[in-house]
Amino acid sequence: MTAATTAWGVELQHVTQRYGDVTALDDVTLTIRAGTITGLLGRNGSGKSTMGSLLAAFRRPTAGRVLVDGEEPWENERVVPGVCFVRESGDVLDDYSLKDNLAYFSGARPWFSHELAGELLDLFELDLQRKPSKLSRGKKSAFGIVVGLASRAQLTILDEVHLGLDAPSRYAFYDALLADYAEHPRTIVLSSHLIDEIERLLEEVVVLDRGRVLVTQDVEGLRAEGVSVTGPAAAVADFVAGRDVLATQRLGGTTQTTVRGALLEGDVRRAREAGLELGPVPLQDLFVHLTDPGRTGGAGADVQGADR
Amino acid sequence: MFDGRDPVYLQIADQIRQDVLSGALEAEEQVMSTTQYATTFRINPATAAKAFTQLVDEGVLYKRRGVGMFVAPGARERLLAEARESFFADTVDPVADAAHVLGIDIEDVVARLRVRAAHPPVVAAPVDAPESAAGGTR
Repeated sequence: MTAATTAWGVELQHVTQRYGDVTALDDVTLTIRAGTITGLLGRNGSGKSTMGSLLAAFRRPTAGRVLVDGEEPWENERVVPGVCFVRESGDVLDDYSLKDNLAYFSGARPWFSHELAGELLDLFELDLQRKPSKLSRGKKSAFGIVVGLASRAQLTILDEVHLGLDAPSRYAFYDALLADYAEHPRTIVLSSHLIDEIERLLEEVVVLDRGRVLVTQDVEGLRAEGVSVTGPAAAVADFVAGRDVLATQRLGGTTQTTVRGALLEGDVRRAREAGLELGPVPLQDLFVHLTDPGRTGGAGADVQGADR
Repeated sequence: MFDGRDPVYLQIADQIRQDVLSGALEAEEQVMSTTQYATTFRINPATAAKAFTQLVDEGVLYKRRGVGMFVAPGARERLLAEARESFFADTVDPVADAAHVLGIDIEDVVARLRVRAAHPPVVAAPVDAPESAAGGTR
């Protein structure tokens, strides 16, 4: 067994990344707490992968500071081996066998666990003699997961690594992730569009929208902030007046409105007295509402309120 | 499992309290570790840890350093006492209120309760009521 992995935190200070005319990240300031599993959520093109590239020192930001365990990762010999960034492509050597790939990555990752790699290869039924370029999309994703988890890096960023995996394989991945994280705590940044599936795995969440930070919060807190209010249209309208309304649906005389903002005890009593039903809002729905381009005050406007 | 409106950690804490109340978890019995909870229910270990912290604060569980979490001696009795205390306010009073609204004679409700108590459903485990609690039921 190799030396114990520690967990590294992340700080972005006014980070901007431009590619020509395109601004992928726009003055992003955020913290990812060391030792958490943090969900990095955002629609396509929101800047998630760019953020991963900066953390892994694949590139330098156009402006601002990226700090991993307190240091800028760019050309940093101490930090780089401890940051493992796996994208959906797998980020592996395509034309070498899986065996050669493992030999390469275990050499580059001081905390690499051959034992875990072996277990995961069996779990995903991967043949060591094959090359990633000859694998199906799902198997290729699975191999990216093997490398990502077995590296036991202090900061592991798994960006859409579930793509192409069928449901049983995805759940096998979630289970393997949790089991190894529990035994070897480290910082894991998990990015996925399957929010319903990963919600329970997360402790904190960062929502990016068009290159800006929309939300950084603990998951329980964010979940508690979304409430659906259902009842007679007039009573609902009265109750939600002055609140941050995310969406409204009408069916006959009944209205269901999703609002953001924690309810006080008095609110709950008032709702009950008005004959209104309060319900949970899945994180997935909150995410869809918050990143809706038609939503007034969209990106940026509520960053201050969401930041702690 | 754990799909309600309440935060997951509150639901986990509630489940453990129920298990202690029903006797499924006995005093001095070890409960699952946060790791086991996390992998069994596919949740973040910090979420399970939060539930445990709450139960330790309440005196339902206690921690043996390096070994794990155990059910505190007397935890079941304390939870029972609390549940009995809130039973009349939470369960009986709303029945009386509902009967009043519906115009049902309270004596009919009492008669129904007597019949039901004489033929309890098989699944309900009889609760060994301490003598002090008998006063509340007349």
